[in-house]
Amino acid sequence: MDIIRNFPCLSILLSMFTAIICSALKGKGARRLSTLVVGIVGILSAATLFFTMTTGEHYVYVMGHFPAPFGNEIRFGCLEAGMALFFCVIMLLSLFGGRHKIQMEIDLHKENLYYIMVDLLLSSLLALVYTNDIFTAYVFVEINTIAACGLIMITEHGRTIEAATRYMIMSLLGSGLFLIGICLLYDMTGHLLMSNIHESIQAIVADGTYTIPVLVTIALIVVGIAIKSALFPFHAWLPDAYGYSTVSSAAMLSSLVSKGYIFLLIKLIYRVIGFDIFLESKIINVLFVFGLAGMIMGSVNAIKENDIRRMISYSSVAQIGYIYMGFGLGTSAGVVASVFHILSHAATKSLLFVAGVGLTDVSGGHKNFEKLTGAAYRNKMAGVAFTVGSLSMVGIPVFAGFVSKLLFAQAAVQNHSKLLPTLIVLAISTVLNAIYFMKTVIRIYTPVHSKYASVSVKENPVYAVTLICFIVLNIVLGMCSEPITDWIIKGLSLFA
Amino acid sequence: MSRIRKQSEYEKTFAFRFFRWLGGEKDAFVGNMEMQPQKEYVEEEATIEERMKDRKQVIAEAYDDSHNMELRFFNVLYKIFSIVFCVALVFVLILTVSHLPAVGDPDRPTSNIVSETYITDGLKDTGAVNIVTGMILSYRAFDTFGETNVLFIATCCVMILLMIDEDEIKKNKESNDRGFEPKNDVILQVVARFLVPVIFLFGIYIILNGHISPGGGFSGGAMIGAGLILYVAAFGFEKTEKFFNEHVYKVVKVTALLCYGCIVTYYFLTGANGLECLIPLGEAGKILSGGITLPINIFVGSEVACTMYAFYALFRRGGL
Repeated sequence: MDIIRNFPCLSILLSMFTAIICSALKGKGARRLSTLVVGIVGILSAATLFFTMTTGEHYVYVMGHFPAPFGNEIRFGCLEAGMALFFCVIMLLSLFGGRHKIQMEIDLHKENLYYIMVDLLLSSLLALVYTNDIFTAYVFVEINTIAACGLIMITEHGRTIEAATRYMIMSLLGSGLFLIGICLLYDMTGHLLMSNIHESIQAIVADGTYTIPVLVTIALIVVGIAIKSALFPFHAWLPDAYGYSTVSSAAMLSSLVSKGYIFLLIKLIYRVIGFDIFLESKIINVLFVFGLAGMIMGSVNAIKENDIRRMISYSSVAQIGYIYMGFGLGTSAGVVASVFHILSHAATKSLLFVAGVGLTDVSGGHKNFEKLTGAAYRNKMAGVAFTVGSLSMVGIPVFAGFVSKLLFAQAAVQNHSKLLPTLIVLAISTVLNAIYFMKTVIRIYTPVHSKYASVSVKENPVYAVTLICFIVLNIVLGMCSEPITDWIIKGLSLFA
Repeated sequence: MSRIRKQSEYEKTFAFRFFRWLGGEKDAFVGNMEMQPQKEYVEEEATIEERMKDRKQVIAEAYDDSHNMELRFFNVLYKIFSIVFCVALVFVLILTVSHLPAVGDPDRPTSNIVSETYITDGLKDTGAVNIVTGMILSYRAFDTFGETNVLFIATCCVMILLMIDEDEIKKNKESNDRGFEPKNDVILQVVARFLVPVIFLFGIYIILNGHISPGGGFSGGAMIGAGLILYVAAFGFEKTEKFFNEHVYKVVKVTALLCYGCIVTYYFLTGANGLECLIPLGEAGKILSGGITLPINIFVGSEVACTMYAFYALFRRGGL
């Protein structure tokens, strides 16, 4: 069993090696190798998850010959391992679901570059999940940002390049704020290792020496990560980036990149700043307010959209708002709900993107609703999958979205001062979600007789199987919510 | 269900005709009314021109600051808010810094056991006289491997943006290669002939002595890259391709990164599992010393040199 301890480190290095080898391969070889490696990393993560679940402990893994404060190290418990497994599954499904589009939309001799980006994205996500050192986190945040830019602009037309530029500017602003935060933390504590910083921060707060710097540091780190994960007022880059890039990229960006940052924030809250100190700072109310605003504004913007991809993207803004609202509640139940929403939103949003592309393909590549009328009859599987995704987003029982909404409501009950606004906004947001998702579902199930009947699309079994896997994943998250929440609570208790 | 009326009688009623129309069997208007299918709308050239003119006028009026009060108000407000926000941020950051421990204070939290250990035990642990190199390549090897991957992925991103087909490079060879620069500039060529070997030598020296004196893979590699760029600028791509073309670039880059990765993986696995690292530390101060720092410096150096050259070549002609 001891060999399993090496798996997290090996999975990070393996995906980096794959990226390096892919740069020497042609497109097809790179595709096969990357898909294989994402699968292998998933298996390694599953083994780690099994191992950590059976022992119920967390482990520290020294990266090199020098232990903690001197060298680098990574740390893994059951939450980290489970997150890594989940990210691998979503990435694999997104790659399969958008494979035909990647081949169509990407220049043939640049296809291997796409898979380099994917591999390095995976390695950076794993590193963000496993890291126990804030500077390592920053290095991999950099890799993550550049890889996401590459994923957006690989379909070379003006829209994606503009979107990538916007994404880069906003994302680098976020990285910059995060880096300033790290510098301030280092100046106050003299450490980069999370557990050591945590001890020093507690001593500092007990002494009351650096009150203003601690507050500013928390604000900078939280705002930096909020910008990178598109919390409401900073979401301007999001609809273009998700709406015009190739479908695998959109699915991965919405369900992996932003979620990786949010997981890092959870890690920073629990392992670096400390949950109590984070609670006492006023930042938590700011997150709460912007989370609520995002829930409403994202949905309102989505209702206005006439482009299915951009509508799904705006819905992401609303869902990110839910997650930050969970942090803002300030109870550990709120964080549990947020972590569950990370899972359910990632599974649902990538499903919606992948199903959406099947619908637009049978409508002559048009993304506006008028042309999508009756698309579900032309591509039955995509129609069913889109409906499942929509129902989950709206929060119908059996599907994943219902459980996260229920958890949010339960968490809100524990905090009396924030109970009323949370419940009201949850209700409004659910209605708004229903308006735009049900509008789309009705639209794609409205029959048309003549116009597009001749559009025949080649049967794509890989695509259909991917959609079935997504649906199964969604229903599993919705039905087996109890063991999953138990796992999240256990993982979070290991963080503290 | 039985009908009270006979079929022939029923057919005369209004209800029969209505339901027949509703079911789409017969349209009451067909035959009774003159009907023409809608003509497909073809826009005339004059209308297109007029439409474009209107559109331009609308845009011009919408963005006309001097007459559009709303826009002017927004622009002014935008400027004021951005200035206020920046000043506020600067103020907050300065206030924060003023509360931080003073620079040079011996009791700063940063002068703790970590930096002390790096200084006292650095040479013994890593075998590198240059503590900084020893620190980034041995103590914090994982971060540095990540940082090298940042360079790698940056090159890939530039390739996505700027790389064009090989045929196109060949087709536009003349214009791309020598666009606006003087062709065969004698002064540049003579200077480059003297300077390039010196730059290469100096870069190699810095890489190989990275663990003994100031320097290391990143700085030495940047120098070699600068030498390559100077050579291309003076002699053009045709001569450079004789010793450094896309094939060589790929081989060097992939080999360097793979070897670096292998060393790092070996180092991590042995370290974490309590095994001894078989790479000898050597005698401090000698060229062949420093454990893993020397080979890593060499690989990082070649990767950085390749990256520098690749940026230049991609920006200049869209390919290597």
